[in-house]
Amino acid sequence: MSAPAKIALKGLAKRFGQKVVLDGVDLEVAEGESLVVIGGSGTGKSVLLKCIIGLLRPEAGEVRIDGQETRRMSAAERKAQMAKFGMLFQGAALFDSLPVWENVAFGLLRAQRMKKRAAREIAIEKLSRVGLDAAVAELYPAELSGGMKKRVGLARAIAAEPEIIFFDEPTTGLDPIMSDVINNLIVECVRDLGATTITITHDMVSARKIAHNIAMLHDGRIIWHGPKEAIDRSGNPYVDQFIHGRAEGPIKMAVRAG
Amino acid sequence: MQFLAIVGRVTLAAFAALGRLAIFAGKALGHLARPPIDVQNIVQQMLSIGYFSLPVVGLTALFTGAALAQQIYVGSSRFNAESTVAAVVVIAIVRELGPVLGGLMVAGRVSSAMAAEIGTMRVTEQIDALVTLSTDPFKYLVVPRLIAGVVTLPMLVIVANIIGVFGGFLVATQTLGFNPGNYLQTTMDYLEATDVASSLVKAAVFGFIIALMGSYHGYHSSGGAQGVGRATTDAVVSAFILILFANLVITIVVFRS
Repeated sequence: MSAPAKIALKGLAKRFGQKVVLDGVDLEVAEGESLVVIGGSGTGKSVLLKCIIGLLRPEAGEVRIDGQETRRMSAAERKAQMAKFGMLFQGAALFDSLPVWENVAFGLLRAQRMKKRAAREIAIEKLSRVGLDAAVAELYPAELSGGMKKRVGLARAIAAEPEIIFFDEPTTGLDPIMSDVINNLIVECVRDLGATTITITHDMVSARKIAHNIAMLHDGRIIWHGPKEAIDRSGNPYVDQFIHGRAEGPIKMAVRAG
Repeated sequence: MQFLAIVGRVTLAAFAALGRLAIFAGKALGHLARPPIDVQNIVQQMLSIGYFSLPVVGLTALFTGAALAQQIYVGSSRFNAESTVAAVVVIAIVRELGPVLGGLMVAGRVSSAMAAEIGTMRVTEQIDALVTLSTDPFKYLVVPRLIAGVVTLPMLVIVANIIGVFGGFLVATQTLGFNPGNYLQTTMDYLEATDVASSLVKAAVFGFIIALMGSYHGYHSSGGAQGVGRATTDAVVSAFILILFANLVITIVVFRS
């Protein structure tokens, strides 16, 4: 028996009111693996990440991190667990009231109680890691472009050198060149940190670049899961329709939400 | 049957909202009791609640005190009781108008700003980001605001009371022909410790309400810009109503006899 998977989900279910979003998701991610979850808009990809990280509470199922079931954890255990995670949010979710360097160093200053000077040095180093120079450190998030915000968000996610990093649509809203820059940064950062990552996206270029394995979420379930090289011959009509971006096929896009 | 269904739905929704608010307040109070306390954030909030509210609260108190003196003079002169002006002004300002008007002005200024700020943080996932950075949003956002509200409002209300009485004094001595020394003497004679204490208690309660409503509605906002707008409105309206209701309750309890 090999070591337990870094992240293991079993029968994960989540609903909002009447609407079932996740309907029994089973998924395993090995240590150091980069998994990309693809799926249409509104299929619950973000909800999946938020259930794993503990921002949302699933109604049923298990989430195991390093073999430990998270739902029965005490507050202190949960806090220790959270220190393993880093997350890049879709809109970067930078704190508007703080300059860039304090955004990047936020976890170091607050959770780890690091001294300001030391935290600032690490922040500037992480910023250079994502290709931003020290002058950016003093700016406020409102002064940054979309691509720069994503980079700062990435620097913040890796600042505490987490074991697990989640990327929520890292390239959405960026031009193709900036998307490629972000993809490269993700690949490099993950390789250097040796982190386990889950990325959710509907950008297939990005998925092919980042992923070791790809899983497709549809109707609240994982309908396909395999290495990225196999995705073009999945034999699954849903996957085929998605990766080729066809309007016709078994996936019917709901025109109205809800 | 349709009617009963509507009554039931509205009642359930009201209780659900009340329960959510109670849980929110309980959670905030729980964090209040547990260190660490974020001093830097508290000071920042005290500045934005207290210091920057001084002009609007001061002007409100000044004009209200002045108008009050004029009205009481006109009303009491019908009974040849003009000498009551100083007494009624000081009692009315300290017991009721200082804390209530001060509280309402600050609620309009601060509850809305808090709801907008926290609401925006909610819809742009900044609150989720706090959690992923191992920072409790209650500790970081809600508790400093509550502490700042409870500490700052009494100070503001002391200022409002003084300026309000001064407004009455100005009108009485400048246009109504009162003797300044006598006016102040009467003011001091009628001002009791209970009045000041009740004024400060009210202010602290109002400060709590203002910060709680701003934080609560912001924290639970959803659905983008429109949701934040709604949260802002709800914060101000609910803070107003709760302030007026709490004022009634405290007044009845303190001044029962």
